[in-house]
Amino acid sequence: MKYADEFRDPVAAKGLLAKIEAVTNEIGATADKPVHIMEICGGHTHAIFRYGLHKLTPPGIEFIHGPGCPVCVLPMSRVDECVEIAEQPSVIFCTFGDAMRVPGTKKSLVQAKAEGADIRMVYSPLDALELARRNPEREVVFFALGFETTTPSTAFSIQQAASDGLTNFSVFCNHITVPPPIKALLDDPYMTLDGFVGPGHVSMVIGVRPYDFIAEDYNKPIVVAGFEPLDLLQSVLMVLEQIRDGRAEVENQYSRVVPDEGNPVSIAACDDVYEMRERFEWRGLGEIDSSGLKIREKYAAFDAEKKFGIGYGAECRFVQEQEGCLCGDVMTGRIKPRQCPKFGGECTPETPLGALMVSSEGACSAYHQYAEFEMEAAE
Amino acid sequence: MCLGIPGQIVEISDAERKLALVDVSGVKREVNVAPILEGAKVEDLIGVWTLIHVGFAMSRINEEEAEKTLEILRMMGEVHEELEAMKASEAMLAGEKVEAAE
Repeated sequence: MKYADEFRDPVAAKGLLAKIEAVTNEIGATADKPVHIMEICGGHTHAIFRYGLHKLTPPGIEFIHGPGCPVCVLPMSRVDECVEIAEQPSVIFCTFGDAMRVPGTKKSLVQAKAEGADIRMVYSPLDALELARRNPEREVVFFALGFETTTPSTAFSIQQAASDGLTNFSVFCNHITVPPPIKALLDDPYMTLDGFVGPGHVSMVIGVRPYDFIAEDYNKPIVVAGFEPLDLLQSVLMVLEQIRDGRAEVENQYSRVVPDEGNPVSIAACDDVYEMRERFEWRGLGEIDSSGLKIREKYAAFDAEKKFGIGYGAECRFVQEQEGCLCGDVMTGRIKPRQCPKFGGECTPETPLGALMVSSEGACSAYHQYAEFEMEAAE
Repeated sequence: MCLGIPGQIVEISDAERKLALVDVSGVKREVNVAPILEGAKVEDLIGVWTLIHVGFAMSRINEEEAEKTLEILRMMGEVHEELEAMKASEAMLAGEKVEAAE
């Protein structure tokens, strides 16, 4: 119970852990025959490791770390395209800090910047818009990535650029959506998934209904969860209770922030600005149908793919992962980060080979960062 | 990446563009409040607590939820990271302003 003392409310944490243990026993799950619960969101992965929840919960529960870290699922070919755009002389290329160190086939954005490309880290697409206003003679490109939590911010920014009449602002759109990879993983015969902890802030935008297929078509429980450790424990308990009772429902543990219908204004802005791509490549998962967004024709003037003739579908850009990089197998839960031969040796958070080591939300980075805690716990 | 950080709306900076200043742990930052307007006027949002993601107010929350969330994010080192990103972005833009003036 080492970490439980760190909780805001240790008594509540211990109570929840006791209930989780009881229900795990009722289900008959053991270390040899565990229930597999996937936390979809990278933020949840980080919290699980930060609070040692995977050690506090019984060995009959195995957490499978899902594909919900946008930086981690970004294919190398897209990083290459970012570099290609950023290295054009007129361009100011704006990106969130997380994406700077993701390796491309030749270099990362950090390396391109060191070599002279004008690459700026921004906190918000609003800052990229402001850069465009202040530099009318330059082309400002915003590198948009992220799931449904982030897609509205880019959509609002494009709408604003249109109403301001900006002609030197465009977006390199790499937005992706949560449900399609979940469906792909559920369809994967090698995967065993018994239930899901759903991403709270994605649902803050899209609501909870987009997960209905998980319960209805695949007969698996999913509980949309908040980000406090207590939220996570309670959500795990709710998933376990559904399994015990033979139910498969979409439940909302995070209703204090997530309305069931999501955020209608944001959904409307996204519908206005984006349409679905036929397919999109996910690092480690391959191409998935209808899983990425592109900018609609009416906003083509703000689409960097069109402006620069670079981007998805422009040509065949599939590239091989670095030899021996097993990010894909970690991503699909086939192996644990430690089982990758590169882990901790050639591949560390300081010098990442694979994307899962880059972001603090990546499973490998989380394993690496909290490795000491784990060793202590094992002692 | 998908975490939101709580802040309180303290000032309207550009009503037409739906921009307001929020106070996040003592740091002021301009955010777009369109997602939480819900038919209200921008001016009516002063004092409202909201969950902010990449410069957009994505959801209204109450003060107690805001405080709890901040405490947890602090423990996870996320508050520091977010504030640093905000400050760095602002410093970058401030540098631009000087260049533009020159």
